[in-house]
Amino acid sequence: MSDTIDLTTSSVDPAAWTCPAPLRDQSRIVMGHGGGGTLSAELVRHVFAPAFGGDALAQLGDSAALSLGGVRLAFSTDSFVVRPLFFPGGSIGDLAVNGTVNDLAMSGARASYLSCGFILEEGVEMERVARVADALGRAARVAGVEVATGDTKVVEAGHGDGIFINTAGVGLIPDGVDLRPQRVVPGDVVIVSGPIGVHGVAILSVREGLEFGVEIESDCAALGGLVEAMLAVTPDLHVLRDPTRGGLAAALNEIATASGTGVVVTEREIPVPQAVAGACAVLGLDPMYVANEGKLVAFVPREHADAVLEAMRAHPLGLESRIIGEAVAVHPGMVVARTGLGGTRVVDMPIGEQLPRIC
Amino acid sequence: MKYIDEFQDPELARRLLDEIHATVTRPWALMEVCGGQTHSIIRHGIDQLLPEQVELIHGPGCPVCVTPLEVIDKALEIASRPGVIFCSFGDMLRVPGTGRDLFQVRGEGGDVRVVYSPLDALRIAQQNPDRQVVFFGIGFETTAPPNAMTVYQARKLGIPNFSLLVSHVRVPPAIEAIMRSPSCRVQGFLAAGHVCSVMGVDEYPELAERYRVPIVVTGFEPLDILEGVRRTVAQLERGEHTVANAYPRAVRPEGNPAAKAMLADVFEVTDRSWRGIGVIPASGWRLSAEYRDFDAEFRFSVEDIRTREPDACRSGEVLQGLIKPHECEAFGTLCTPRTPLGATMVSSEGACAAYYLYRRLDLTPAPREATSVV
Amino acid sequence: MCLAVPGRVLDIQERDGTRMASVDFGGVVKEVCLEYLPDLQVGEYAIVHVGFALQRLDEESAKQTLELFETLGMLQEEFGDPWDMAAEAAGTPPPSHEEARK
Repeated sequence: MSDTIDLTTSSVDPAAWTCPAPLRDQSRIVMGHGGGGTLSAELVRHVFAPAFGGDALAQLGDSAALSLGGVRLAFSTDSFVVRPLFFPGGSIGDLAVNGTVNDLAMSGARASYLSCGFILEEGVEMERVARVADALGRAARVAGVEVATGDTKVVEAGHGDGIFINTAGVGLIPDGVDLRPQRVVPGDVVIVSGPIGVHGVAILSVREGLEFGVEIESDCAALGGLVEAMLAVTPDLHVLRDPTRGGLAAALNEIATASGTGVVVTEREIPVPQAVAGACAVLGLDPMYVANEGKLVAFVPREHADAVLEAMRAHPLGLESRIIGEAVAVHPGMVVARTGLGGTRVVDMPIGEQLPRIC
Repeated sequence: MKYIDEFQDPELARRLLDEIHATVTRPWALMEVCGGQTHSIIRHGIDQLLPEQVELIHGPGCPVCVTPLEVIDKALEIASRPGVIFCSFGDMLRVPGTGRDLFQVRGEGGDVRVVYSPLDALRIAQQNPDRQVVFFGIGFETTAPPNAMTVYQARKLGIPNFSLLVSHVRVPPAIEAIMRSPSCRVQGFLAAGHVCSVMGVDEYPELAERYRVPIVVTGFEPLDILEGVRRTVAQLERGEHTVANAYPRAVRPEGNPAAKAMLADVFEVTDRSWRGIGVIPASGWRLSAEYRDFDAEFRFSVEDIRTREPDACRSGEVLQGLIKPHECEAFGTLCTPRTPLGATMVSSEGACAAYYLYRRLDLTPAPREATSVV
Repeated sequence: MCLAVPGRVLDIQERDGTRMASVDFGGVVKEVCLEYLPDLQVGEYAIVHVGFALQRLDEESAKQTLELFETLGMLQEEFGDPWDMAAEAAGTPPPSHEEARK
C-alpha cells in the first residue's frame, strides 16, 4: 500500500484514500453526516462544494472572509438542532447566537448583525418558543450583536423536533488580521482557552441520565471579546477554531490537514474537568472528541505566545488558558498526542458522531 | 477518579517498565486477549515503552469485532421491520453487515436506538407495549450477566414484547482455539480482567497446564497492563506457566457467584462463529430452552439468514499473530476503518484499525522537537 | 470488551423490585443495578459495567498493589535507563525524568 499511496503528504486528499469510492453505498444521509467528522467533510466536498462552486466556499472554514465594497467581511451560518432544547447552562437560543458569533470570531471579526430563522413543529408549546426567543435575545445582547432579520416556518407534527433554528451573521474583519490554517508554520504554539468537553457532557448528562454532584453547565459563550483581547496583543495570530462538534480532536485535525503541518499536543497539559473525565470514563468517550461551545484553540507565532496567553488569562472567558502543544514539520496533516506515560498516540479525525461504547 | 488515576501514575509506570526491561533477556510474544486492554495500550502508547523483545499481539477480545457478519445481517433485517424498536450499545451501530450498517437502517426509517444499559431497552419495552423491542445482546462474560438480567426480568415481570438477539461469546474457548493452531506464536496471555471479575479464574489452570502458557489476569489501566506484562514475562523467563492474578482488587478466584448462577439459568453453551476466525466449539451462549420465547432469532424467523465472510479478509491470521495487519493484501486499500472487511478493522480497538493509525505515523520521522515547547 | 469503571455507592433503594444504587464516578452519579452484588454497602466501591455492579472493589488489595509497585524498578543504574532506551527504540522523544515524575 505504501508503495502506491503516500499517506503522509498533505497533497493527498484524505477523503480520496480513506474512501476509494466517495460516499460508498451511502445512498442515504446518516446521523454521522452531521457529526462534524469525516462523513460531514465528505458530504461537503463531494456533494455541496462541486454543486455550488465559487472561491469563497473553497475556504471551507467555519466562516468565509469576503471582500465587499472595499471592506473585509466575515460571513457565516449555522443551524441548531440540539436535543434537549434546554440543558444545564443554556438552551438552543443561546447556542443559536453564540455558535454563529463564534464562527465569525474565528475569522477575527466582531459580529454585527444576525439573521434568525425558526422552523417550528406544529403543536410545540408557545411557552417553549417564547423561552427560546428570550434566551436568544438575551444572548444577542450579551454578545453585542443585533438580530436584524428573520423568518418563521411551521412544519407538520412529526416532521420536526420541536424547534430548529438557523442563524447567519456578518461582521467586519479588522485590518491586518488574516486567520487561516494555511498560515500555520512549524513552531507555532497551540493554546486552548480553557477546560474542554464541558458542553458535550452537559448535553449527555440529560440524554444519558447522568447526574453531577457539582452542577456541570455548558460552557456556551460568545467569544468575540476574548478574540479582540488576543488580537490587541498582535494581529498576527495564525488561525483560530472553536472546537464544537468533534471537539478538540476535529479542530486540530482540520488545521493540520489544511495547513500541511503536523500537530503535537501533550495530553497532561490539556485541561479536562473531573466531571468531564468521569462522564467520559463511564460512557467510554474521549474528552478530546467531546463538543465545546465557549472555547477556542489558537495557533500563535512562538514569539507572541506568552503575551497572547497572558491576555487570554486576563479575560473572563480565558482564565484557564493553557499552552497544549505546537505545530511541527514532521507527520504533516496528522495530530499526535504525547501520553501521560511518555508514549505517543495518533489523534484521528472522528468519523461520525461519538457514541457511548461498552468495550 | 479514585482507583483510576493512581493506576496511571507515570512514576510507578516507570518503575514497572524498569523492572520489565531488567527482566527480559529474549523475545516473547504475549497476547492481550481483551479489546479494552488493546484500547488502553494504544491510548497510552504503552507498546512503545516496552522492551523491543516484548511483542503484544492484539487478541480477539472485542465483542464488536468478533460478532459474525451473519448476526449483523440478522440485526439489520430485524431492525428494518415495521413496528420494531431495535436497541443496541453504541459500538454496534457502525459495524457493517452485508452492504449497510444500523446507522443506514435508521436513515431508511428503522427505529434504532442507542442505549447505555440493557435495562434501558427493557424500560423502552415497558413504555411501548404495542411495539416489539429487541436488544442486541453482544459481549463476553462481562456483558452476558447484564443482558441475561433483561430476559430474566422480562419473564418475571411479563414483558412479552421484549426479546434478545444473542451473540454472546466466551473467552477460554478462544484462548484454546488460538493455542491449538499449529502456527500459534503466542507464548503468554494477559487474561481479560473484567471477564474474570464475573467468572473467576477456575477455567484457566487447565489451559495453562495443557498448553504450557502463563496466563495472567490483567486489568485495564496502564499500571495494570504493565503489571500483567511484568508477571507474564517473569514467568516466561523462569520457564513457568501458571495462572496468576495481577488484578486482585477487582477479581476474586470464585468470580461473582450470583452472576454465574444467572448465566447458568438463562443461557446454555453453544458453538459460535467468530468474525474472521470461524466456528469455535462451545465458544458462545444462547438462550436456554426455558427462555427460548425471548430469542429474537426465532421470534422474527431470521435463523435461516446465512452470510459468508469476505474471502479477502485475513483477520483470523492477524488475530493469531501469524501476519501483521499490513501484510494482508486488502489492508489500507479495500479495507480501511471506513470500509472494514473484517473484525480487526471494525472497532478502533481492532488490531488492523490500530495498525492503520500507527502505520501512518511510522512512515514519518518522529516528532522530536515536540519536547521543546511544553 | 468490558469497559467497566470503579464507582462509590452513595445510596441504595429498591425500584420495581430491583435493587438499585446511586453510584458516584468522580463527581458523576449514575443509577446502577445491584442484583449481582446484593450485599454491597453504601460507601463501598464496585466495578460497574453497562449499568450493573459486577464485583466489589477490594480497597485493601488496591493499596497493596500500589505498594508493591513502589518497591519495583530500583535496578536501572545497572542496566542503563530503560525508559529512554524504550522511547528511543519507539522513535519517540523521551520525556525528561522530572516530567515523567510529575
